[in-house]
Amino acid sequence: MYMLTGALLLMGITGTLLGVIIALFARIFKVDTDPRVELVRELLPGANCGGCGKAGCAAFAKSVVAGENLPSRCPVSSQEQINAIALALGISAGSGVRKRAVVRCGGDMFQTKERLNYNGVCDCNAAAVVAGGPKGCRYGCLGMGSCANVCPFGAIEIVNNLALVHRELCVGCGKCADVCPRHVIALVPADAEIHVYCNSPEKGAEKRKQCKVGCIGCRKCARYSSDQFTISGTLASVNYEAETLPGEEDVEKIQCPTGALLSAREHHRIETHDPNWKKDEK
Amino acid sequence: MSKIRSFKGGMHPEYDGKELTDSCCVIEAPLLEKYYVVLAENAGRPPKPCVAAGDKVRKYQLIAEADGFVSADLHAPTSGTVEGIVDVPGPMGGSVQAVVIVSDGNDHGSAPFDCWEKWQEKSGAELLERIRKAGIVGMGGAAFPSHVKLAVPPGKKVDTLIINGAECEPYLTADHRLMAEYPQKVITGAAVMGKLLDVSNIIIGVEDNKPDAVAALEMASAGTSVRVQLLEVRYPQGAEKQLIYAVTGRSVPPGGLPFDAGCVVQNAGSAAAVSDAVLQGIPLIERIVTVSGEAVRSPGNFKLRIGTPVIEAVKLAGGITEEPGKLILGGPMMGFAQRSFDVPIAKNTSGILLLPPKAALNFSSSPCIRCGRCVEVCPMKLMPCLLCASIEGGRFDLALKDHVMDCLECGACAYVCPSRRPLVQQFRRAKSELRKKR
Amino acid sequence: MLEKMSDNIPDEIKLPTGSKLVLSSSPHVSASESLRKIMLKVIAALLPAVVAGVWLFGFRALAVIAVTVISCVGAEALWCRLVKKSVSGAVGDFSAVVTGVILALNLPAAVPFYVPVIGAFLAIWLGKQLFGGLGSNPFNPAVVARVGLLIALPAAMTIWSPPRGMDKNYPQAETFFGSAMMKKVNAGELDGITCATPLGLMTDTRKILQTEGDRHQAAAARHNFDKVNSPELLKKYFWGIRPGCIGETCVPALLLGLGILLIFRLVNWRVPLAFAGSVFLLSGIVNFFFPGVTPPPLFHLLTGGLLIGAIFMATDMVTSPVTNTGCLIFGIGCGIITTVIRIWGNYPEGVSFAILLMNALVPLIDRLCVRSVFGSRAQNREQLR
Repeated sequence: MYMLTGALLLMGITGTLLGVIIALFARIFKVDTDPRVELVRELLPGANCGGCGKAGCAAFAKSVVAGENLPSRCPVSSQEQINAIALALGISAGSGVRKRAVVRCGGDMFQTKERLNYNGVCDCNAAAVVAGGPKGCRYGCLGMGSCANVCPFGAIEIVNNLALVHRELCVGCGKCADVCPRHVIALVPADAEIHVYCNSPEKGAEKRKQCKVGCIGCRKCARYSSDQFTISGTLASVNYEAETLPGEEDVEKIQCPTGALLSAREHHRIETHDPNWKKDEK
Repeated sequence: MSKIRSFKGGMHPEYDGKELTDSCCVIEAPLLEKYYVVLAENAGRPPKPCVAAGDKVRKYQLIAEADGFVSADLHAPTSGTVEGIVDVPGPMGGSVQAVVIVSDGNDHGSAPFDCWEKWQEKSGAELLERIRKAGIVGMGGAAFPSHVKLAVPPGKKVDTLIINGAECEPYLTADHRLMAEYPQKVITGAAVMGKLLDVSNIIIGVEDNKPDAVAALEMASAGTSVRVQLLEVRYPQGAEKQLIYAVTGRSVPPGGLPFDAGCVVQNAGSAAAVSDAVLQGIPLIERIVTVSGEAVRSPGNFKLRIGTPVIEAVKLAGGITEEPGKLILGGPMMGFAQRSFDVPIAKNTSGILLLPPKAALNFSSSPCIRCGRCVEVCPMKLMPCLLCASIEGGRFDLALKDHVMDCLECGACAYVCPSRRPLVQQFRRAKSELRKKR
Repeated sequence: MLEKMSDNIPDEIKLPTGSKLVLSSSPHVSASESLRKIMLKVIAALLPAVVAGVWLFGFRALAVIAVTVISCVGAEALWCRLVKKSVSGAVGDFSAVVTGVILALNLPAAVPFYVPVIGAFLAIWLGKQLFGGLGSNPFNPAVVARVGLLIALPAAMTIWSPPRGMDKNYPQAETFFGSAMMKKVNAGELDGITCATPLGLMTDTRKILQTEGDRHQAAAARHNFDKVNSPELLKKYFWGIRPGCIGETCVPALLLGLGILLIFRLVNWRVPLAFAGSVFLLSGIVNFFFPGVTPPPLFHLLTGGLLIGAIFMATDMVTSPVTNTGCLIFGIGCGIITTVIRIWGNYPEGVSFAILLMNALVPLIDRLCVRSVFGSRAQNREQLR
């Protein structure tokens, strides 16, 4: 009994004493934070993705309060959240186009000839230092998942040796675009539905040798609408600054001969459901 | 004879494959139909082509002019017609531009420069200009233009010229045969560069496994200021910093150049090319290449024109005995794996190796067991196992702190690793990412 | 000869197609050493100790070794099955066998068979796989298991049976067997004979001395110190004829194992030398100044698990430092902790605890001993000037 009370007493006294000390220290070394910074930080998504160029959400909140950045610099927050921040601080929200990442390559393991066996570190940047990587196409996605590893939102998945962006998860922070050694990932307006899934400026015939779904620069799309599509050399691309972005019905009308021009939805469907879609059609 | 010297660390490969070719005399290759002279072959800026499709060229004619100081001239390997400038698979991966020359079969051409029999009377600047004009580069590794390495920056004092005849890479015997068969060229080239730099201390470092080359060099160097220094058979004895340490006992500080240790290092092949340029007045258009490996029918050393496709060299060596699992330009330790047999050889291609699938190293993802062998052999005294752990964890900052940038990529660590980890690749990845950030 | 050669040259030379080309980073060749070969060599180095152990302690020892090794391999396979890793890959590298053998050599021959089974799971699961498997474990798995068993099952782990050659004619037999057992020994009965280890006797003696209780007892105890340390006994200790764990007693077998390890360059000689050397030195100093506190250093060197620990357990590659300086620090640290536990601690033996404690410090030691890059010393000298 004596032991028990002794122990309880000791624990109680020690606990109280330490509690008091902690409380005192918290008082003495209190850091004054701007309540507005705290408020903005709470309104931000808190993913610390770095898409705004700051180290994290706290740093961004500080810079917004200090007036260095406008709330719209945050690529992740929705327009309502940004407006809320702007309202709370009494500043303008600024305008920003919401972005989303797109992997401009459709060359999965069935479409692009994997020219060589590769033996080494499974990382795109590591593979790129070995004779430029094993893929036949020098501009396409290497498919080793450096972008997937770096994505803070888990929005990139490697399917059939090809990086695939899950559009509903992607917020457009741009980390993947930074890490990709092939610069195959682009940030495009979030409402763009149609993309050219090819990044290779090589000659059409060269591309054709390596990849079944490369853009061969046939200009079919540019003839359809010179405003919505631009051609540089042998590579077509969607003009994301066009007044009206192309939609799925346009893709159907254009009938891209290689299938490089696709809607994101269709691309997703092809890669996830039916990987052999063009395999039989040699 | 002086004592055998060495650096600290390193290792001796269990099987060095030198016996395949070390007694094979250099065979002159017959003229080919087409040569693909790669423009971007050397470290530094690629030279600008000064010929166009359809032009007739003579042997030794300038076909691409150096673009800036750190760049080297290129000359026509034979007489013929320029077919054009096309993309060919490059030795470092990807594709590079090359001048295609269709041979006319005559191989006509005269030496474009004067023959300086009495080069001793020429000034250092004149000699340096001749070396630059002849397009001579470091023929052992990075193909760094020789005239850059010979131009001592102001404020640095050089008192030693080292000719690198170590040839520590397994399989390669090109420099060995060069020194054994053309010792006079190496000695003369060394003496020319010695005159140019105004140094009296000229040392040829040769590994102890080439007695015939050593004997030939000693005979040829009698009466000159050039001295032969025996080196222990140890990889990487021929790495610049390690060679300087072995020969002079001086160390080059991290990130420094040989100048910082008062030395200039030149490859034995480059020395021979200097001799040709000065005595015969001809630029560098051919080199000795070892074609070897277990998959080659009759390995040997061949004198090949720059721009010879690898497949032609393989033909010269009698074809293959089995389908190779790896094609390597350079040695097996630091050479580059190739994706195609159409790669043309460049000025720095010392060897063409065809390894059967079984003989080639197969990297695995086995864990590091911290055996410490990599630490033991690292010639730069780094800690490869710890560096690799940092890089795998994405901590490039830690790797930088642990001097990953000083890695030579000599491959000794990955060679001895019992887990067959791709250490060198990790370091190259870290270096490229760190350079990107800078 | 010439004709023959020309016969061999085919009309058409075979040219490569490049179909099998592999792209990889340099280097393109490697030494023949592999993980599996290293483990097999370690097993070869352990064999002399195994043979000696079986010869000394009989087939019971062999059974203990077999049970331990089988349960270690089983534990490894079971784990791999549970976490869906490749079973053949993990078992095929023989690391579990090495762990099993080392653990078995650290068990008394008379140990009940459930003990090595528990030990195997402690070693493989707790000591290795929970940290991520081979290469990621901070502690030597066999030592983790031994310490775990020693703490959890002290009674089962300290049943010492006499080895071959330890009978009634053994020097100081009565001290080792105790009076009750001595009667049995004299009668020639063989079942259930147990005895004390030299280190155990030393610790008991020391405790009696330290309590300073009965003066009569103390005098007898002091006498005990000399009894366990006679030259005659030391000779017996050297050949392994002393009670103890299966593999720890026979010094020549352990030294042979060390020789094999050194020939194959599998261990850094600095670890065992620094470990045993510092124990020898430290106990020597204490014995010199306070002869009543501990027996002379040679006794410390030849008894307990010092040598097996220094040769096979502390030198484990995964859990020892990678640099030479680091190995020296590690070995000396092990030696100091061992000596301190032996002389002043509650346990008679401190080798396992010492290794475990120093294992925890290995990452720090590695950081401390990062070598200066080639050329940087010359640079520093230059700057100083």
